[in-house]
Amino acid sequence: MPNHPVPVPSSVLAALKNKTIHLSAAKMIHSLFLVNASGDIFLEKHWKSVVSRSVCDYFFEALERATEPENVPPVIPTPHHYLINVLRHRIYFVAVIQSEVPPLFVIEFLHRVVDTFQDYFGVCTEAAIKDNVVVVYELLEEMLDNGFPLATESNILKELIKPPTILRTVVNTITGSTNVGEQLPTGQLSVVPWRRTGVKYTNNEAYFDVIEEIDAIIDKSGSTITAEIQGVIDACVKLTGMPDLTLSFMNPRLLDDVSFHPCVRFKRWEAERILSFIPPDGNFRLLSYHVSSQNLVAIPVYVKHNISFREGSSQGRFELTLGPKQTMGKAVESVLVSSQLPRGVLNANLNPSQGTYTFDPVTKLLSWDVGKINPQKLPSLKGSMSLQAGASKPDENPTINIQFKIQQLAISGLKVNRLDMYGEKYKPFKGIKYMTKAGKFQVRT
Amino acid sequence: MQKLLQLPVNAVNIVKGVQGVTQGQEEALSPVLTPDSGPQNWYSAVQPEELRHLRSGGTGGGGWGRGHDDLKEMLDSNKDSLKLEAMKRIVAMIARGKNASDLFPAVVKNVACKNIEVKKLVYVYLVRYAEEQQDLALLSISTFQRGLKDPNQLIRASALRVLSSIRVTIIVPIMMLAIKEAASDMSPYVRKTAAHAIPKLHSLDPEQKDQLIEVIEKLLADKTTLVAGSVVMAFEEVCPDRIDLIHKNYRKLCNLLIDVEEWGQVVIINMLTRYARTQFLNPNINESLLEENSEKAFYASDDEEEEDKKAEPATLAKRKPYVMDPDHRLLLRNTKPLLQSRNAAVVMAVAQLYFHLAPKAEVGIIAKALVRLMRSHSEVQYVVLQNVATMSIKRRGMFEPYLKSFYIRSTDPTQIKVLKLEVLTNLANETNISTILREFQTYIKSMDKDFVAASIQAIGRCATNIGEVRDTCLNGLVQLLSNRDELVVAESVVVIKKLLQMQPEQHSDIIKHMAKLIDNIQVPMARASILWLIGEYCEHVPKIAPDVLRKMAKSFTNEEDIVKLQIINLAAKLYLTNSKQSKLLTQYVLNLAKYDQNYDIRDRARFIRQLIVPTDKSGALSKYAKKLFLALKPAPVLESPFKDRDHFQLGSLSHLLNAKAAGYQELPNWPESAPDPSVRNVEIPDWSKCSSRKDRKEKKVEKPFYSDSEGESGPTESADSGNCESDSGSGSASASGSDESGSGSESEESGEETESDEEEEDEEEEKKKRKKLDKTKAKKQAEESAERCTIHTIHQISCIINFDQFDMNKITSVFSQTLAPSGSIKMYELLHRIKGEGLAVEYCFSRQPFSPEPNMVAVQIQFTNNTNSETKNLHIEDPRLQSGMRIREFAEIDVLAAGESVTVVMGIDFCDSTQAANFQLCTHTRKFFVSIQPPVGELMTPAFLTENDFKKEQGKLMGMNEILEKLTLGEKCVNEHVIVERVTATANLSRVPCGSDKECRFAGKTVSSGCLVLVTVTTKEGGGAQLTVNCEKMLIGTMLVKDILQALSQ
Repeated sequence: MPNHPVPVPSSVLAALKNKTIHLSAAKMIHSLFLVNASGDIFLEKHWKSVVSRSVCDYFFEALERATEPENVPPVIPTPHHYLINVLRHRIYFVAVIQSEVPPLFVIEFLHRVVDTFQDYFGVCTEAAIKDNVVVVYELLEEMLDNGFPLATESNILKELIKPPTILRTVVNTITGSTNVGEQLPTGQLSVVPWRRTGVKYTNNEAYFDVIEEIDAIIDKSGSTITAEIQGVIDACVKLTGMPDLTLSFMNPRLLDDVSFHPCVRFKRWEAERILSFIPPDGNFRLLSYHVSSQNLVAIPVYVKHNISFREGSSQGRFELTLGPKQTMGKAVESVLVSSQLPRGVLNANLNPSQGTYTFDPVTKLLSWDVGKINPQKLPSLKGSMSLQAGASKPDENPTINIQFKIQQLAISGLKVNRLDMYGEKYKPFKGIKYMTKAGKFQVRT
Repeated sequence: MQKLLQLPVNAVNIVKGVQGVTQGQEEALSPVLTPDSGPQNWYSAVQPEELRHLRSGGTGGGGWGRGHDDLKEMLDSNKDSLKLEAMKRIVAMIARGKNASDLFPAVVKNVACKNIEVKKLVYVYLVRYAEEQQDLALLSISTFQRGLKDPNQLIRASALRVLSSIRVTIIVPIMMLAIKEAASDMSPYVRKTAAHAIPKLHSLDPEQKDQLIEVIEKLLADKTTLVAGSVVMAFEEVCPDRIDLIHKNYRKLCNLLIDVEEWGQVVIINMLTRYARTQFLNPNINESLLEENSEKAFYASDDEEEEDKKAEPATLAKRKPYVMDPDHRLLLRNTKPLLQSRNAAVVMAVAQLYFHLAPKAEVGIIAKALVRLMRSHSEVQYVVLQNVATMSIKRRGMFEPYLKSFYIRSTDPTQIKVLKLEVLTNLANETNISTILREFQTYIKSMDKDFVAASIQAIGRCATNIGEVRDTCLNGLVQLLSNRDELVVAESVVVIKKLLQMQPEQHSDIIKHMAKLIDNIQVPMARASILWLIGEYCEHVPKIAPDVLRKMAKSFTNEEDIVKLQIINLAAKLYLTNSKQSKLLTQYVLNLAKYDQNYDIRDRARFIRQLIVPTDKSGALSKYAKKLFLALKPAPVLESPFKDRDHFQLGSLSHLLNAKAAGYQELPNWPESAPDPSVRNVEIPDWSKCSSRKDRKEKKVEKPFYSDSEGESGPTESADSGNCESDSGSGSASASGSDESGSGSESEESGEETESDEEEEDEEEEKKKRKKLDKTKAKKQAEESAERCTIHTIHQISCIINFDQFDMNKITSVFSQTLAPSGSIKMYELLHRIKGEGLAVEYCFSRQPFSPEPNMVAVQIQFTNNTNSETKNLHIEDPRLQSGMRIREFAEIDVLAAGESVTVVMGIDFCDSTQAANFQLCTHTRKFFVSIQPPVGELMTPAFLTENDFKKEQGKLMGMNEILEKLTLGEKCVNEHVIVERVTATANLSRVPCGSDKECRFAGKTVSSGCLVLVTVTTKEGGGAQLTVNCEKMLIGTMLVKDILQALSQ
């Protein structure tokens, strides 16, 4: 596009001031390209004048330069445009913008687009997008107007464009009816823009999952370098009408830093530490929180490891034992250990006491699916690694990443006190579930 | 099949209802497109003449039939399913980037298709190709023009949206007209669409700028949250430099902010940041001098905070004390809760606002939120870390408590690792350096070599910045020289070189060690660094240096260019200091260089030879050769690449790229002295109606200064029960009947649909009137304004704090509070005489049963004709109600003579909700949009129960249906009588006899569904009391409790 400033002497610039201002008049998102892992553009959408897809060449250049797919810089300047991209599900969403706009604005929006696709199609893959290209187009049309976000709330979008289901697809092909909402969308006009109107259920249910993730770095000797708990409360609310819910905690002081779904009344939280809200219909994230770092974080597993290479030998020793630590009496499940072994390692010949392990000789990634930890018989993985003949002893230390789950436990000790509903007469079924997971849980060796 | 095809007809029924009569006519007019006589929907059809033209154009033009005959046929068929299929295939083509422009004529005539999905896809197509096919696109315009007049707001909005997206220059005047009209539409949704259309038109035709600015100015005055974000976006694109347009709307924008949708929030916050930089004083003005000093002196030493404390009194004494403008404070306070937003862009926007505008002591609060964002997607992390890196240079203390959050995991992408390293380096100081260095040591063992290199550089920077650890770092780096990985060694050499330059005398052994390394290291940059070191400090290693040169001369031809240059350099330096040993070697090297392939090296050799080798012809310069080569070189400063990046607005694209992006609005410097703050004052029109002095005074305290911004749509309206007090302030102020603008805006806007914004239409006129008023009041205001400004701002802040986001149900509390003190029937304003052009309308809830329909609330309306001519045909039209609500209109008033008043009664069934009833009040000349919203207490009629009945009914309404609340009675609530008076004033209830004198009971029924409402007030010793409300309708119960509490505790 020719709309770019040309160097002009400042005196001329001043005279042209009125003229030059319009050069900036193409803010926000101009176009969107979807690029798959093999570097093909498989969808493009323009909200303003068409931008040639050759602009993506700059992106491909950056893609080539990057060693890993996630190392492509999120913002790439080109002579006339800026490309802002996010990578999700092995698809690059490349937005083209022409002038100053907060980069996070675009990034956040692109992620919102991906979330919406996922919400609509279950998965957000190239195949799913191609199969539903018309719905995708309709969604993108509603989500941006002239490049500025219009409707990004899933409840509103679903009123405008119904998500495809197998049944509906069949019906549509037979009857020729459409995916486009048959009712006029009123959500955008209401005071509760995140909730559809006229919601009806025969079974009224509200489920809340308190999920906490432990991010930790454990050093060689087993002491904790840093550990924090990040939690979310995900809700699945299927309630008739316009219910008004309040949710209170036994120990709200634990929550150090919170961010809310827009439905939560902030003042009420400030004053009483109670979550009061009219929920969106369906699945949504009510709250995410951070547990203050002053509290000591319980580390539910420990790792004993001995990974060593001897000078001059082409063999290395590998020993790993896992055990439960502070688990509050709950079982540690779905344990998965993975480690990136040094490049010099050719192969690993290991013997797990339980579960199975795999070693990819190309990527050097070792992963061990442990399953449940039995405190009586600790799982271990022992054996040898063979090195390239003649290669010197690697001096990198692999780190061990651990994933695990603990059901029915919020490791911070957070407890929901009660959940009340106002505004509707029926008695809903209420359920609360707790779970603790490993977030970025890393052990250095 | 035909029957099935009519399915989407349902979709249209809603529209059909509104369209009413016009439909039949339209159908008759367009036979071509309606073979299956289904009802019209959305837009009316293209006129037949146009269509014929289109068809002949289609077949006659010929050029477009080539590849898509089948699609063309499908589009021409009269089956919606075929059309839909065709459109889907076409859209898929567009999505894949295939050219589908030749189908334009076939597609465009389906713009009036009845099937909604076909129509939507046609829009998609139109917007994509209209620019290329301008003439044909024009044919669709009339359809949209008709849509603009549709009674349904969504259709009007959608028509405007598509019309403005068609980039065809010839329709600019039509767009302009449409935008202007939509900007005064009664529906906020349409007005929002108008705001969106402004930048579209501006980019199509910048000549329209001045007219568009007028529209922006008008929309900026809009009070709905829906419009605010969009119009500021338009402002930013069209006229970001017209900061003067913001003045009057500044406080309103601040107050609306929390309820604006997320994307609008970002735009508004960024704009307000710029605004604040032009209007307020630097809150850190007293520290800025100091900061500069401390930064120069101790890049990384003393705790800044401590220093400030010591020095502050001194500087403070010199300067005049700084007082923050209350508006500045308002902005900071209202943006703070948004740090809790789930949207990273909003959090970042607030963070940059605080960074650029807040006093130093308050900036710290943003750190926590920014650290939280680092849990998000890696792209978000990337941007946030860039900004944290910049911030951490200026305000290191802020992020120090979160040091560990920046520790690096092996799973982070490299670009994130490098940024975290940058932040860690910026945060390093004497106290934490040992921890940080330990952390760095583990990084050096990482498998990611780029990251290892960056870590070594980071160590180097720590060493230069913090003198105490320089030796430790140097030793650590020297150890790395024996690392197996050559890249690690090379990077260490480069960093060591820089460190050694600081104190070369003490480190000749390291230089010797490095000289040995030259045999093994192959990385050119490292070799070059070593050679430079040896050359520079050859006097410290007099024996080794010539030997190194000897080796290098041997391998010269095989070296990389940068190494060759350094060899020449070394040779020259040695020649000057130790010519005896190195003369021949130097000659040899220079000779080799003379015939090198690289012209740079040849040039250098020639130049150096002339300079150092004395010949007859050698110029004057050679005398100074030694000075030239062996001058003392200043030690390099290793500084962050993020230093001084904060002259770009943080969070902006320009900041991220460290280059000015197109359209970047420079963040202005703080003004030396603050511009006049009174420009933000919004006048309160017409005080004259206030009867008594006392009355006025009361209002002054209660009423937030900028009355206009008060009553916007539902969401911000009310607060939770916990904070009634200040809420009542704002609420009653705007609702109190005697004040014009307050009550005017309240009744207009309180319904969440806000259909009734008549102010827009009359704005022009009102402006004129206001101007007149202004002149007369100017003096008085000027005197008062300064003082008032502060009072009001303080008050307004407290109101805002209590704004809740969306508690629409509690709006009524606002009303009933005003009822309480008087005890008599309260009049509300429906239409102010200025807006009504002389017709003033007030209403009250007469509490009489409405005889024609017992489940309607009787509303008594009083019309006063203040004009000099008679008003005719007063009646109601076009009620817009929530589902279930009904209206019983009053009989039309034929004539209302000048100066006369007349009272009528109408009935409204509110369905036991406090939703507003919106309708148009029509005279023979004008229509006014008005709305009536009932306080919860007016939704009931008295019920007469005995004591026993009362207890029995109360027993049935326990548990969830009972609401208990403790309260302290207000000073004047001394006896039973006052309590009864207040409760009955708040709600239309009757007293129930009671044996105890400590208890008062009241009973009523809701008007429309007849649910019982039971109220008990039990008084206790010492002014305490307990309020019990039993009602099956919990919402009514809750609201009633609040209102009664309010009434009793006053």
